[in-house]
Amino acid sequence: MNPAYTQLLQQDVPLAWYLVLSAALFSLGVVGFLIKRNLITVFMSIELMLNAVNLSFVTFAHQWHAVKGQIFVFFVMMVAAAEAAVGLAIIIAVFRARATLAVDRIDLMKL
Amino acid sequence: MNAILYLWLIPLLPFAGFLLNGILGRRLPKWLVATVALLAPLAAFCMILQISIGLYASPVAFSHLPFIQTCPLGWINVGTFHADFSFVLDQLSLTMLLVITGVGFLIHIYSVGYMSHEEGYARYFSYLNLFLFFMTVLVLAGNALLMFVGWEGVGLASYLLIGFYFQKKSAADAGKKAFIVNRIGDFGFLIGMFLLVANFGTLTFTEIATKLGQDPGWQGGVVTVIALCLLLGATGKSAQLPLYIWLPDAMEGPTPVSALIHAATMVTAGVYMIARNHVLFDHSPFALSVIAIIGAATALFAATIALVQNDIKRVLAYSTISQLGYMFLGCGVAAYSAAIFHLMTHAFFKALLFLAAGSVIHGLGGEQDLRKMGGLWKKLPVTFWTMTVAVFAIAGFPPLAAYFSKDAILYAAFTQGTNGKILWTVGLITALLTSFYMFRLWYMAFMGTSRNPETHPHESPFTMLGPLTILALLSICGGLIGIERFGNFLAPSVGARLIDLTDPRVEPVLGIVAVAIAVLGWFVAFSLYSEHPKQPARLVAALPRGYKLLVHKYYVDEIYGYVVVKPLLGISKFVLEYVVDVAILGGLAWLLGGIATFAGAILQRWQSGNIRSYAAWVAAGAAALLLFVLVPWGTVWPESLAFVWKVAGH
Repeated sequence: MNPAYTQLLQQDVPLAWYLVLSAALFSLGVVGFLIKRNLITVFMSIELMLNAVNLSFVTFAHQWHAVKGQIFVFFVMMVAAAEAAVGLAIIIAVFRARATLAVDRIDLMKL
Repeated sequence: MNAILYLWLIPLLPFAGFLLNGILGRRLPKWLVATVALLAPLAAFCMILQISIGLYASPVAFSHLPFIQTCPLGWINVGTFHADFSFVLDQLSLTMLLVITGVGFLIHIYSVGYMSHEEGYARYFSYLNLFLFFMTVLVLAGNALLMFVGWEGVGLASYLLIGFYFQKKSAADAGKKAFIVNRIGDFGFLIGMFLLVANFGTLTFTEIATKLGQDPGWQGGVVTVIALCLLLGATGKSAQLPLYIWLPDAMEGPTPVSALIHAATMVTAGVYMIARNHVLFDHSPFALSVIAIIGAATALFAATIALVQNDIKRVLAYSTISQLGYMFLGCGVAAYSAAIFHLMTHAFFKALLFLAAGSVIHGLGGEQDLRKMGGLWKKLPVTFWTMTVAVFAIAGFPPLAAYFSKDAILYAAFTQGTNGKILWTVGLITALLTSFYMFRLWYMAFMGTSRNPETHPHESPFTMLGPLTILALLSICGGLIGIERFGNFLAPSVGARLIDLTDPRVEPVLGIVAVAIAVLGWFVAFSLYSEHPKQPARLVAALPRGYKLLVHKYYVDEIYGYVVVKPLLGISKFVLEYVVDVAILGGLAWLLGGIATFAGAILQRWQSGNIRSYAAWVAAGAAALLLFVLVPWGTVWPESLAFVWKVAGH
């Protein structure tokens, strides 16, 4: 193996890289949430944002050698799983009731 | 003497009766309502009687009066000012309590018969018990503030009972009139209390008396102002000039109420209040002379109106005002014991007059017009005899009650210097008028033949005749106590009047003059209404203006209507309703509503119902927050401004 490459692997990846990745993922999630019409895609965008946050939690936990951040990630994952169950159920119910998953059509909250 | 320890039971027993009948009365049978209502004043009366007998039997206990009982919890404690729930038992309050609960109990019994066919039986008796509660609080109160509680409370009970037949507009209006006119008097009472607190720092009667006694500097000045304010309160409650106008209208209430509240007890509260504060009034000769003048003027004024009234209850109402004038005259010449003596005898014979009149009205099925009566002596014998006793008593024939008490007041006025002679003359003329109008009533109602043959009068039930008989006995014997014994008894409470020693032969002479005047009044009434029945009409024809003036009660109601009521109504209507209510308050409300509607119309667009737009706003908000927190604006702004400045070419 290329010794330079080995050396690179032995080095730590800088903190900023993780954070940039996390911010990029989060922004992708936000944009997806805002512009996508399909409810399932919107839902996936939310998951993307959650995981972007998870990434930054893990990053900081590793950086400061604090386990709290990692525990928090487990919480987030658990809540996300519950949310997925409830959210998907709602989506199915909405689809059965209205025969559409276009977000623009689901506007019962309007006066 | 254990009974004294339970002084607080005296007001609370009628209050319990009020609560019981007021809450449950509608569901209870009539006999139970009446029993509850009668037991309360009876128990209170028995307690007071027991206390009196105990005091009479033991001079040691008697010398310990006044007995003061204070609620240990306190009431108002602000800085150095204290007011407690304290009850005072002394000779004055004992006399008043005996009269109030005694006469009150008799009138309760009478009411059982009188009200038996009426709607609202329980309501009537609960109000009556409520009245007794407040009246006993008023009399027992050890400070002006607690007295004011009772004072307002009896006003409330009076209002409720005047307006008892509230479906009738005249009755409801009369109740309101009584309340509003009394408020004017209460205003004076309140101002008087404020001044007492400001100058003496206390409202307790005994402390005020002590402070007045310690410093001879309290003479006239502020004391006069306080006394005049309290006097205004007294004129309202006791129906004196210029606030007497509510009492004749108060006759809209049931007749027993007129007897109890508007003749025997409540209207005498003003006299009682003056006697209770006599030390204050003694320090202000000016206020005393004002009281005397008001009393004498009211006595004469009301008596002249009573001459021509044709409603049996209105004659008695004006007579009450006139007799209260006598009591004020007595207070005004510092003969408080004479005034209280007259208060007591008046309670007997005026309650009797009203109850007998009520019996007549009851027997005639609601007829109150004297012109439609006549010849009732055969049909209503018991009512007739008791009424005769009352008429002779009020006219001042010895040895009936009013002869002694009225004589005591007139004698006290006569011995009060030159001005006293004038007051005495006015009192004597009033006595003549009193005798005349009472015998006029007597002849018109009971003598001759019936002027309305269609009526079939019937005698009243025993529940009504019993109290009449007892009150007739009291009206006969009540005066025999004698003013000297009564004055000595009351002296520790109201002080003994120092009479300048005129000729001791004066008193019998004055008594003979008074009797002669009473006989003269009888004779005039006899010749006008029995011998020459056509004469009164001719007299009216000869003096049309004078008659009209009297029939319209000197147009006082009309004058008050134009001078006070109309302008007040006008101000309320135009200033308060149109300017304040419609323009200012309504405009403000409209403005606020308009702003909210306008803002809502604009902000409504935000609520598109589109979730993504909401999410976009959330994201924008988060971005704005981040910008606000992360960017060090304090340094960025000056630098960027400087940069723009440079770019612009400087």
